[in-house]
Amino acid sequence: MNAGIPLQYFLILATIMFFVGVYGFLTRRNLITILMSVELILNSVNINFLAFNRYLFPHKLEGFFFSLFVIAVAASEAAVAIAIIINIYRRFTTINVEDVNMMKF
Amino acid sequence: MTTNQLMFVLFAAMIVVFSILTVTSHKILRAAVYLLFVLVSTAGLYFMLNYQFLAAVQLTLYAGGIVVLIIFSILLTSHINQKFEPVGWKKSLFSALAVITGAFLSIITILDYKFSATTEAAKEVDMRLIGKSLLSVGNDGYVLPFEVISVLLLAAMVAAIVIAKKGAPKKSESQTLNQ
Repeated sequence: MNAGIPLQYFLILATIMFFVGVYGFLTRRNLITILMSVELILNSVNINFLAFNRYLFPHKLEGFFFSLFVIAVAASEAAVAIAIIINIYRRFTTINVEDVNMMKF
Repeated sequence: MTTNQLMFVLFAAMIVVFSILTVTSHKILRAAVYLLFVLVSTAGLYFMLNYQFLAAVQLTLYAGGIVVLIIFSILLTSHINQKFEPVGWKKSLFSALAVITGAFLSIITILDYKFSATTEAAKEVDMRLIGKSLLSVGNDGYVLPFEVISVLLLAAMVAAIVIAKKGAPKKSESQTLNQ
């Protein structure tokens, strides 16, 4: 299925996706969009793991299971983060990171 | 150009364009939909790498679960037509500079490095193998991370409920109202 595509193409694609996520993380000010940038970063790392597993170690399963666990961790992280975001919205009526500068009332 | 390469170029172009749109879009709901496109094209890449199970997990869990969760929280916390004020040019300029430098250095390193592939036969990743590996303790067993991730999921579920539920003062108010 992956004949004719060198490993480097996958790695470059994942690099671009990772740094686009970092750019969003640095410039965004809304908490939910920051969370979306983190999802982009995690997703690019998953592509890296799977490409390495398929091209360099096709007789093992480490990359496959690592990306499976990354997906599970990302799901639980998103659930907890959104719970926190909704709690912040309830207290401050905004989720802009520059307006939320108080740890506890 | 073979069909493989054509599909790869298509998916790669979709991923790059839509991830840039995700982090630059001024409407938050559109950003979430662009993120959905990125995740679906990533699932296409997993299909190209012959990991069908992981592609299905990606489609159901990421594209089906997390994006819906994000869209729900967007609808709960912001107005649907709300636009972000544009980012200050200084901040965006320096972020872009840092990001482009990092990407440039990483890509140069990737192109420079000589990867050496093994000559061993590839393993077919089917459901039977995945299930056996997840529950075995031997050389190719992953039972410890499997158990850890189950505890983590339980903890995340409890934490999400505890954080997002209404606090104690509201409860006593409603009780006094009932009395």
